[in-house]
Amino acid sequence: MRPAFSVVFLTTLIGAGQGLMLALVLTETLGRLEMVAPAPSRFYAVGAGLALVLSALGLFASFFHLGRPERAWRSAAMWRTSWLSREVIALPLFMALAAAYGAAHLHHSRLTLVIGAHAAVASLALFYCTAMIYACVKFLQEWSSPFTVPNFFLMGCASGLTLATALCAAFAVALVLPLAAAGVLVTMLAAVTRMASLAHNRGIRPRSTLQSAIGVQAPVIRQVSQGFTGRSFNTIEFFHGRTPAGMRRLRIAFIALAFMAPLVLLPLAAYSHSATLIALVFALQYGGLVIERWFFLADSNHPQNLYYQNMA
Amino acid sequence: MTTKQLALVIDLNVCVGCHACVTSCKEWNTSGEAGALADLMPYGADPVGTFLNRVQTFEVGTYPETTTVHFPKSCLHCEDPPCVPVCPTGASYKRPEDGIVLVDYDKCIGCKYCAWACPYGVRELDAKQKVMKKCTLCVDRIYDQALPEADRKPACVMACPTNARLFGDVHDPESEVSRAIVERDGYALMPEWGTNPANHYLPRRITECDPPSPSSSSPP
Repeated sequence: MRPAFSVVFLTTLIGAGQGLMLALVLTETLGRLEMVAPAPSRFYAVGAGLALVLSALGLFASFFHLGRPERAWRSAAMWRTSWLSREVIALPLFMALAAAYGAAHLHHSRLTLVIGAHAAVASLALFYCTAMIYACVKFLQEWSSPFTVPNFFLMGCASGLTLATALCAAFAVALVLPLAAAGVLVTMLAAVTRMASLAHNRGIRPRSTLQSAIGVQAPVIRQVSQGFTGRSFNTIEFFHGRTPAGMRRLRIAFIALAFMAPLVLLPLAAYSHSATLIALVFALQYGGLVIERWFFLADSNHPQNLYYQNMA
Repeated sequence: MTTKQLALVIDLNVCVGCHACVTSCKEWNTSGEAGALADLMPYGADPVGTFLNRVQTFEVGTYPETTTVHFPKSCLHCEDPPCVPVCPTGASYKRPEDGIVLVDYDKCIGCKYCAWACPYGVRELDAKQKVMKKCTLCVDRIYDQALPEADRKPACVMACPTNARLFGDVHDPESEVSRAIVERDGYALMPEWGTNPANHYLPRRITECDPPSPSSSSPP
């Protein structure tokens, strides 16, 4: 498939925002239970604001995916059947609850944790909706693997926790090390599930063959003509156009940036207690996650490509 | 299963790959109320075009024992269309009265999700209008009372010089298409996905030469 950058930025930006929101609510819960040091309201308010900005940027990016963005309002209609519709409903809901959580902290409301719990549920629901958009397309066997949902969830949480660690360095120094530890742990988990999905995808046997595509049961079939000499939607949308070597380089890049770099650098930056350094680690990790999401979308083989044997 | 399901049955045994169905489809569907099927830079070095029907050619077997198969492909109007439930706006739908799968071009937001969810690659985003287009079985033609009854068929069926394209109700066991499917082992594409395509294909038949060639006992 040919990845759309609008989708890459949508899913990575809201993923970081959702992960950040979950980190905030978890921190507040553990603070109330006196398991970690309490954080000032500013930490939660700025954090919720940042989660809101990230998801708004993601929402903005998503419009560039649409051929007719002026009709985007129609896209919530089919929530009974379409995961895309469900995402369209869950995203504004999450944004509203993130805004409410930030506002509650600004006004020192007693209801912060109640609103936070709702925001956390909305965040989880949004992770599930976003991932299921890809996981439910059974024709793209790489997308419909059991790893897609955990990957989207864990990678969003990993980047959100790194960002939360940077915020701690600015507003709640006592929390830097515990949050960095959580960030490292979740990044490790994300690396494990992502490596597992790479291994799983290598072993995929395509369910469709050229034989089943044209219904001719012969061992040797060669395509002589695709029927036209120009390009078409079929030859553009479903092929990423990179060489195998180029794809290998991108895979190394995202493993290094999204997983290895934060695993090594986040503990070091956390010990320095420098918000700038930790934010820098987030930037590296986010860059890696952008490459990862591009790679995830590209590294999938659509059965329609069987009809375009000379393209791939 | 009792309601009507309109479909095409394509006879690969007589298709000669002339592309008359492609050009007649383009001509009819570029001239309708929905607006042109876009062609960008049609006379340039790198043209991009939107078509609802395409014909491809495959060589089956190893030389010299080969058969050429011309293979027309358009929307198969699946009985269980995977493109419909994924559509976020409801623009993509299957008509209950005749089973035609259609796109409401005024509701489509051009998100391309339905094209990802179609294993056959028969939906194309119009390069200019930026909405998803696909075969309509010439829905604006087959019910047109202003046309003589014999002309109320999809443009591709009308154009085919070898009568390789049959059109009718595959749920009516007495129809020409249903009989052709039964008598000539009509099959569906990619049955492994459970999409249950309404369109069927009739396979190539091995024709004995008469008289048989003395140099070879096997059929060509």
